[in-house]
Amino acid sequence: MSANSFLGVFAKSPIKPMIEHIEQVCDCAMALKPFFQAVYKNDWKAVEQARNDIVQKEKAADAIKRDIRLNLPGGLFMPVERTDLLELVSQQDRIANKAKDISGLVMGRELGIPESMVEGFDAYLNRCLDAADKAKETIGEFDDLLEAGFRGRERNLVDKLISELDAIEHDTDQLQIKLRRQLRELELDMNPLDAMFLYRILDWVGDLADLSERVGARFELMLARV
Amino acid sequence: MDIITSYGTLLVLLAAGFGFFMAWGIGANDVANAMGTSVGSKALTIKQAIIVAMIFEFAGAYLAGGEVTSTIRKGIIDSGYFVDTPELLVFGMIASLLAAGTWLLIASYLGWPVSTTHSIIGAIVGFAAVGVGVETVTWSKVGGIVGSWVITPMIAGLIAYFIFLSAQRLIFDRSNPLEMAKRYVPLYMVLTGFMISLVTITKGLKHVGINFTTLEGFGLALVVGIVVGIIGKVVIERIKFDPAADKDMHYTNVERVFAVLMVVTACAMAFAHGSNDVANAIGPLAAVVSIVSSGGEIASTAKLAWWVLPVGAIGIVAGLAMLGKRVIATIGNGITHLTPSRGFAAELSAATTVVLASGTGLPISTTQTLVGAVLGVGMARGIAALNLSVVRNIVVSWVVTLPAGAIMSIIFYFILKTIFTV
Repeated sequence: MSANSFLGVFAKSPIKPMIEHIEQVCDCAMALKPFFQAVYKNDWKAVEQARNDIVQKEKAADAIKRDIRLNLPGGLFMPVERTDLLELVSQQDRIANKAKDISGLVMGRELGIPESMVEGFDAYLNRCLDAADKAKETIGEFDDLLEAGFRGRERNLVDKLISELDAIEHDTDQLQIKLRRQLRELELDMNPLDAMFLYRILDWVGDLADLSERVGARFELMLARV
Repeated sequence: MDIITSYGTLLVLLAAGFGFFMAWGIGANDVANAMGTSVGSKALTIKQAIIVAMIFEFAGAYLAGGEVTSTIRKGIIDSGYFVDTPELLVFGMIASLLAAGTWLLIASYLGWPVSTTHSIIGAIVGFAAVGVGVETVTWSKVGGIVGSWVITPMIAGLIAYFIFLSAQRLIFDRSNPLEMAKRYVPLYMVLTGFMISLVTITKGLKHVGINFTTLEGFGLALVVGIVVGIIGKVVIERIKFDPAADKDMHYTNVERVFAVLMVVTACAMAFAHGSNDVANAIGPLAAVVSIVSSGGEIASTAKLAWWVLPVGAIGIVAGLAMLGKRVIATIGNGITHLTPSRGFAAELSAATTVVLASGTGLPISTTQTLVGAVLGVGMARGIAALNLSVVRNIVVSWVVTLPAGAIMSIIFYFILKTIFTV
């Protein structure tokens, strides 16, 4: 006798994989720290190694993303909209992609950070990665939200996390303005192409915070429809 | 008449054999559905689930199975039409058992989630309407039964929705959910114990020979409920909570409290299942026994023979003991993300609905009631993902089961009739 069970009604939960995905994405972004440490030292061998690490982690995140999409067929009855989940996972994935792009460009051009900028840049990078970490923390509440039925105290906690995320993003904007001003003073002494690309890197690192904030916003939007 | 007197013992043995086989099948297969939620949410191990199921299925079948048995035995068919030809009713009931049993075997083999209740009702209606005459079926009663199949899952869903919502309000949405869980979970246990024992006491104990007034019944049920609650409270107090476990998920310890509650609701579920589903196997048997023992006279007031309910109860337990472990293991592993706090809401509401139906003598489908309850929790946003296509399959399978059971019982009916009247 086979299992002619009604328990097939319970489908695989997409929530744990969503959390795993943002953790993997965050891990990938965090790998930019050792990457830039190597860049500051102009140790291009170590840079290449760190870059490989980032690529690996981005791939792992991609695999989880694909898994989530494959396990979300139509005909599922979920407390949140399926389309919202799919968009959220895409949004999460963009953080890892951006980290890969940044490391690719820096390594490809062997683009060093001017000595006088290192301290400011490192603070900027860390602040942007704080945003990614906060996004991870926010999505990490997903399973507790389910436990609490998507309302009440848990919901307020998530709202608070999202506003913290917004605050961090605002912070990074200020830091970015300062760094650009600093770079503008240095740009005349630099290789013009390097200067151009350094501007782009500043932009992209800022995007990490920006994308993290959007993960929070997407999550909030999803909850607003619950 | 001659057939009854000359082949009486053989017919009873046949009916008892098929009835036992069907009860065995219910035990092997159907019980797994009732226990699967508990095993899936890790409130019980498979071994514990089997033991709980054995005790409470038996108790439910024996103590509260009488009403539904009598519906199947004499509620669906108007026995007035069989006064001159009681052997036809006997053949029909045996054919129905055989048909329902065969259909369940086929469905199990193919992995379709069919209902034992639907197949036996389809079979009885089938042989009576086609084999004997459309007017022999008490259509008003059948209409009521079929209507209850639509309504009971809805009721279970509604109850589950509100039970889950109450748990949210009282426990999860508080600053100290663990303390609140310790305070309120025993109350849910009281409620479970009360509901189950109320129906048993007011409806089930009659045939054991004990009678209570309504007030006494209420009082006694309340006492049983409170005793269950106190035992639960003691068990909960003795759990060792691990604050570190809450790091990953804040409600880990709260769920441990609910796991204790789920043991209670699992007992209730097994009891409810026993009380409703044993009748599918022994209702027809009871009909055959009463006709044969009265020498062909169809007495609608005849008492249920003492040994009939135990045949069903033992059949269920035997099926469970032999195959239950394997079946529960297969299905229990498939569930992810079903925490005890959700499982209890589904089980409590399903068990309540089923036991109430048992008390009023309505043969309903335990599995479908449970599905209704699970959907109710889903509506309250309690479950991460439910597969609606499986729900659709279940609905389709119950629509298919009625004609399938009917056609098979018609065939068996004519075969039996031919064999015995030659």
